[in-house]
Amino acid sequence: MQAPSITTGLIRRTASTQSLAARAIPTLRGVFGAVVLLCVWEWFSQSGVFSKAITPSLEMIFRAFVGMMADGTLPKHAGATLLRVFAGMTIALLIAVPAGMAMGRSKFFERMLKPVVNVLMPIPSLAWVPLIVLWFGIGNAATVLVVVYAATFPLLYNVWSGVRSVNPLWIRAGTVMNASGSRMFRHIIWPAALPYIIIGIRQSFGRAWIAVIGGELLASPDWGLGKLIFDAKEYLNTDVMLAALIVIGALGLFFERVVFQWIEKVTVNRWGMNVGPS
Amino acid sequence: MAGDAKRRQSEWAALLAGSTLFIVAAIVWQIVVSLGVMPPKLFPSLVTVAHTFIRLALNGVLLAATLATLYRLLLGFALAAIAGMLVGGLMGRYKWVEDTLLPIVSFFYPIPGIAYAPLFVLWFGLGDMPAILLVGFSSSFTVAFNTWKGVTTVKSIWVRSAQAMGAREADLFRKVIMPASLPYVLIGLRLGLASSWRILIAVEMLTSVARGLGWMIFGAQQFLDTDVMLATIAVIGLIGVLLENQVFTRLERMTVVRWGMVAA
Repeated sequence: MQAPSITTGLIRRTASTQSLAARAIPTLRGVFGAVVLLCVWEWFSQSGVFSKAITPSLEMIFRAFVGMMADGTLPKHAGATLLRVFAGMTIALLIAVPAGMAMGRSKFFERMLKPVVNVLMPIPSLAWVPLIVLWFGIGNAATVLVVVYAATFPLLYNVWSGVRSVNPLWIRAGTVMNASGSRMFRHIIWPAALPYIIIGIRQSFGRAWIAVIGGELLASPDWGLGKLIFDAKEYLNTDVMLAALIVIGALGLFFERVVFQWIEKVTVNRWGMNVGPS
Repeated sequence: MAGDAKRRQSEWAALLAGSTLFIVAAIVWQIVVSLGVMPPKLFPSLVTVAHTFIRLALNGVLLAATLATLYRLLLGFALAAIAGMLVGGLMGRYKWVEDTLLPIVSFFYPIPGIAYAPLFVLWFGLGDMPAILLVGFSSSFTVAFNTWKGVTTVKSIWVRSAQAMGAREADLFRKVIMPASLPYVLIGLRLGLASSWRILIAVEMLTSVARGLGWMIFGAQQFLDTDVMLATIAVIGLIGVLLENQVFTRLERMTVVRWGMVAA
């Protein structure tokens, strides 16, 4: 994409030239926006357009959140969901990294695997859930499989383009210096493809996060944030559903903005190897 | 001549390599079927799946489901496109809108749309309404984010020169900002359409619409019609490819690629 420059953006000053008050304004506006949203919700909840049972007040949502935190059910649900995501992502990594490397390095593997990827990638992972449930039963195995399906393709695609984009000059230099296959891989291909792998992991997580919640809604394992929402609907516990949604949003935001941004900062950005759209 | 023959040979090699895995998978599938490891109801032979596919295609069930799903997709995506471009455009153009809305948009963005499905069912009942609204709601964030990015990357020198030449806000928007941010907006729309499609299939399973491809898979599960499920998944994959490769790639070629803003 485009490198940021002074002319990028509509008349923006750099933060350093602004006074403290001017720098506080964006934060204040952000807080203002959030407060307005919460007030509108509260007003709507109190107005009685919908029954309070399905548009609970902020207090009810907060109580549900605190209650579930206190008795430990919410952490347990969130833990189960995260565990599934990590298990699925690990399996996806084990599949996608070798397959992507093989596709990037050898014409034969690329020709063999590309059609399979092209056929499977456009099928939404959640479309498989009913079938997977029939084959593997409801529960953990089904949900993790859906996560694996969702996470594999973005990763595979990135690893593949990463390996293909290794500067051919480096490879030739390696060949000239008589680098063996394993040394070539360890010192040239792996480091050059690593930024793409890291970005692929980030994209995969986004897909996996959707798949795990959808999988939990449809494949009903015992625990999980999706399962919590699904069960709460049966009992019309809208406050529980909204509390679970907030946790899902907060966890997603945490991984996207804190974990992955930090990983990219200490790896890709530090190496000066920014690739593709961030 | 020699080069021609060589190229043809390599095309054949590519085709052969490309079909290897499919052939191997089909053979393994049929062996599993004939060994009877899984009951045939759960693991139908490929012939049965093909038969079911042809039967459903001929009696119009697949067509009706596809049309119903595409109708929902169209309405939901239109909603997402309008809301997303509006919010993203305002955020990109006005700093105070960006400051106010960015935290909210950033918070809702990573929540999977499917997580709202039970809530939307409670609010809007079963059927088309919650499905369309949910698709519109959840995909609008992708469109909004990319539009926002597009508008903020419009070169300020263009904006300022247009303003110096006396362009009013409406002209500025129509003649400078819109074309200049179009590459990003189109990326946003393409990603939004893809995410609408993925979400819609799952949402149809939860909102029990009258007919639809997602609902068909879910309904077939109740009757252990694995052949119907596989046939439907094939159609879903096919439409997914068409949506991704035809709709916006064409639009991109007609606009931003032709204008020389992005490489084809």
